[in-house]
Amino acid sequence: MRPVFLIVLALISQASLADSPPLERQQALLELLHQDCGSCHGMTLQGGLGPALLPSALEGKSALMLTATILQGRPGTAMPPWSSLLTQQEAEWLVTQLKQPAPPQDANRH
Amino acid sequence: MRNQNLNNFRYFLVCLMATVFLVSLPRAPLADVRGTGDLGLVVERTSGSLTAINSTTRRAVGKITGLGDLSHASLVYSPDERYAFVFGRDGALTKVDVLENKIVKRVEQAHNSVGGAISQDGRLIATSNYDPGGVRVFSADTLEKVADIKAEYGDGQLAKVVGLVDAPGQKFVFSLFEAGEIWTADLHDPKNPKIQKFKAGKEPYDALISPEGRYYIAGLFGEDGLALLDLWNSDAGIRKIVPEYAKNDPKLPVFKMPHLEGRALVGDYWFLPAVGHHEMLVIDRREWKVVRRIPLDGQPVFVIPRPDERQIWVNFALPDNDKLQVIDTRDLSVVQRLTPGKAVLHMEFTPKGQEVWVSARDDDQVLVYDTETFREMARIPAEKPSGIFFTARAHRLGL
Repeated sequence: MRPVFLIVLALISQASLADSPPLERQQALLELLHQDCGSCHGMTLQGGLGPALLPSALEGKSALMLTATILQGRPGTAMPPWSSLLTQQEAEWLVTQLKQPAPPQDANRH
Repeated sequence: MRNQNLNNFRYFLVCLMATVFLVSLPRAPLADVRGTGDLGLVVERTSGSLTAINSTTRRAVGKITGLGDLSHASLVYSPDERYAFVFGRDGALTKVDVLENKIVKRVEQAHNSVGGAISQDGRLIATSNYDPGGVRVFSADTLEKVADIKAEYGDGQLAKVVGLVDAPGQKFVFSLFEAGEIWTADLHDPKNPKIQKFKAGKEPYDALISPEGRYYIAGLFGEDGLALLDLWNSDAGIRKIVPEYAKNDPKLPVFKMPHLEGRALVGDYWFLPAVGHHEMLVIDRREWKVVRRIPLDGQPVFVIPRPDERQIWVNFALPDNDKLQVIDTRDLSVVQRLTPGKAVLHMEFTPKGQEVWVSARDDDQVLVYDTETFREMARIPAEKPSGIFFTARAHRLGL
């Protein structure tokens, strides 16, 4: 149990490094992830018309590639480029969140 | 001793009178005796709950919890308007009593689901599933499974099913995303559905049925145009229409695919949201051609006419999802712009159209507008509200 706990702790602190978006923006980004990305990928990110975005589904996919997919979209599919709404830093932060073992929770969920 | 007898006799009399009194009382009803015609349900997508609403009092009248993952959830009503059948993203099908605000029955029928429909006779519920890809049919009464239609294509792969609607002749019509097909299923014999398959085009993603139940139209993600199936003449097969309805190379990124609405038919003109453009298309259904493009303030998601067809209301995808626009159908001008709140997801008119109910997801509010004066009439709190459904839908095909 303890090593797992430490890894989670390490990942959480990594996510709050200096180049993370401000806390308030992080909240908005998580909301966007679950509500708006969720309209294709499922609110719990288990997939819908778009593929699942759970850590297990993203294993082996590089953060660089995933960030590029968010910002530039995937031509020929329904995945749009989000670069008009998200910055490079914000997309990178979202990828870090997605790759965490425990799926990121929207604080507004009751 | 005599006294004792008298007491016994008195006791007997009291008991007798009490019995007569109780038997002659009218039986107390469990719920208030009332109709359900002015009731509705609001889907609360994050908390997996429903808020029951009353359009006469403009108030929330109940809350139903425990429905699971309700992102992209929809529901249909039984012909008596008493029960709602709710289709959750997690594959659950829940039967809800609208009068008593409680769950009657719930089945986990698939892993990932996107919607459903109720048959013409109201006895069957069909679900539209992504995983396992296909349509499952249940008894509306007991929610027991009566048929399993696998969306098989190619070498036995299963396609995701979208655009499931009910149609006249006890039919369900639906589209297979990966297979690029439209299927009709005749459920006169529920245990042996009669299936007809049609090649539709690349990646149908949503579909509509016209209000009278004759035309089924699927939007295609993988190619330009729409696929039309005339159910009065299905032997003629699929016709590709409106080639201008382009999917490729949209000018703007599409953050949310528009919903296709069978109700958006005004006279001979169909009003459809354009994909990836700030406009609405007007299509003449006699020739299936675009006759007008109406510029809008954002990418439209829902394009819904007021029941009297005098106005058309439009909401938008990100980043314009805080707005509504109202178009006058007489001259196609914009008559009103509203900003109801953050993340406006859905609009539902009262059956005769005097009011429209609007969900603002990120404000946790449902707003009620008078459609004549555009005055805000009420605000009803709801948790992350998405779809709003009034019971009058029970009597409309495809809703």
